[in-house]
Amino acid sequence: MRLALYGRPRFVMVVLLAIIVAVFFISLNSGSITISPLEVLRTLIGRGDEQQELVLFQFRLPRMIIALLIGFGLAVSGVILQGLSRNALADPGIMGINAGAGLAVVLFMYLVFESKDVQGLSTMTIPFFAFCGAIITAFLIFMFAWKKGITPIRLILVGIAVAAGIGAVNTILSLKLAGENFMYATIWLTGSLWGTSWTFVIAILPWILILVPYAIMKARYLNVLNLGDTIATGVGVCVELERLKLILASAGLAGACVAAGGGIGFIGLMAPHIARRLVGPKHQVLIPTATLVGALLLLTADLIARNILVRAEIPVGIVISIIGAPYFLYLLMKTKT
Amino acid sequence: MVTDQVLTPHIPRTIKYSRIVLAAALLIIGVALLLVGFGISISYGAADVGVMDVWNSLFYFDANQAPHLLIYELRMPRAICGILVGACLAVSGAIMQGITRNPLATPSIMGLTQGSGLAIAVAMIFLPAVSHYEMVIYSFIGAGLSVAIVYAISVMSPGGMSPVKLVLAGTVVSALLGALSSGLAIYFQVAQDLSFFSAGGLTMIRWPVLDMLIPISLLCLALSIVISRYITVLSFGEEVATGLGQRPVLIKTMSTILVLMMTGAAVSAAGAVGFVGLVIPHIIRSLVGVDYRLIIPCSAVFGGVLVTYADIFSRWINEPYETPIGAITAAIGVPFFLYLARKEGRGL
Repeated sequence: MRLALYGRPRFVMVVLLAIIVAVFFISLNSGSITISPLEVLRTLIGRGDEQQELVLFQFRLPRMIIALLIGFGLAVSGVILQGLSRNALADPGIMGINAGAGLAVVLFMYLVFESKDVQGLSTMTIPFFAFCGAIITAFLIFMFAWKKGITPIRLILVGIAVAAGIGAVNTILSLKLAGENFMYATIWLTGSLWGTSWTFVIAILPWILILVPYAIMKARYLNVLNLGDTIATGVGVCVELERLKLILASAGLAGACVAAGGGIGFIGLMAPHIARRLVGPKHQVLIPTATLVGALLLLTADLIARNILVRAEIPVGIVISIIGAPYFLYLLMKTKT
Repeated sequence: MVTDQVLTPHIPRTIKYSRIVLAAALLIIGVALLLVGFGISISYGAADVGVMDVWNSLFYFDANQAPHLLIYELRMPRAICGILVGACLAVSGAIMQGITRNPLATPSIMGLTQGSGLAIAVAMIFLPAVSHYEMVIYSFIGAGLSVAIVYAISVMSPGGMSPVKLVLAGTVVSALLGALSSGLAIYFQVAQDLSFFSAGGLTMIRWPVLDMLIPISLLCLALSIVISRYITVLSFGEEVATGLGQRPVLIKTMSTILVLMMTGAAVSAAGAVGFVGLVIPHIIRSLVGVDYRLIIPCSAVFGGVLVTYADIFSRWINEPYETPIGAITAAIGVPFFLYLARKEGRGL
């Protein structure tokens, strides 16, 4: 019995990994130019023709790696927020962190794109701005929710209020953008993996590499915080400090992800949930499993987004919302207050 | 008739005298503010119009004078529309908060506006030649769709909806409907048109819009006042209402229809003007107490005041451009929401 429990998370993770690899390959094959699996393999080892190389290495591969990284990041961000708020319905999108990152980027586009053209600069500066936006928003939410400590319900309500406020400012600013930039901003705000390149991969990789292990390291704090403040304080955890550190880590991850993929919502909600169903609530195994689930979800959603409506790619964030929102509502109906 | 007996509740009919006086004073102040706002709204704009022009155009209209035409064709429908939209949204909020006994139940939070937005997006895409009358109908359907979803969820979830769950449900239904409409808008390339529409604004209001808005909103507002005392009883709880011989289901159905009509009309005219339905009923309730016979008329007047001044502000804040009016009401509503969130436990 004990052995079975011990073995299960590992089994789940191996299966998830296998599915991810499979979807990854299907995704590499499909698109407006189909490349057969054999040709993909040939190209990957450097023996494909020029067009195939271009499509694979310059367009599809970076995009899919970004999808994987964003899946990791958002899932971990969601695990942290759900653990902290002790609310299984928390998500960086719902809590307004995505919106804050989005606002920073739209602000940047409004101030810079509208005045002069600085495409080269933007690839690296957009992630930076999004990141700052996410952190500032997390701070704001923390500040407004602080009243001799933080209660989970207050945290969520404040998050939603802040999201609404930022949304209003976003509307004002994006309406002021000229036609083309507006379209770009809209697609970007709904979450898209368009135009991702290796630069984006490099830009978000460090955040994922640092903050995901950091979250796994802090897993035991999340376990304890999940039991409630009284118990956490009782076993000697400095509750507010750990909470602040973890919120910042979560915001950092969400910020980096929004920077690369725009306002992709619901991954942070669904991935931890599905993972919890698969391996249980212990954060040491929950976090790695959630990363895999998140990556799989996003990769699949991107595959759908690219292939179902070929005429105009639907931003992947919309696909995720259409799948994620009903799931959320189902969860909402099932959870007791 | 038996039904008459059943429908007449034996609720305490007396309202504290001081409350009535206060409500009357509020109504007078509100109407005064509305008149002033109306005046400012029609005299203020890109083309400056003198006070005498306004006066003359109202009472001695002359179709040959440019300022008169400007006031009559553009400014007046806009000002009237603002008042009606505000009144409808505020009263919808008051009714919803009353019958659900949930202080956060308001049109904007329950995703109604996004529902209308989606329906309008569909109409814009598939029926390009759609008339404004039809647009209003689609807006109703959309608002109905989203309120039905949120309502169904709250009915199906065990133990009803807490305020927090209601907000979450509303947020997510909004997100879903918003995603659907922006997906459609991007696919069919009407994103910016839709965005301008749903950002909320009274820029495009002309008389034909009002042909539909005025009768619907006046009728619904009047009916709201008629059923207000039943809402008061319901706001004490369904058991109390049943105990007093009321029919909660009937009242709830009627109220829901009224709310849908009013929200649909408001959104189809002015787009997503959020938070009016949250803020105004709260303030009014804290002033005049829990009797909806006072809350509803006062909310109607002050909802009109809020949107009228927000509209003036939206034209003034960044001349000559217009700021979306929804953003201005959000600027007022968000701090208020934060305040309610911090008060959690009592207000919520």
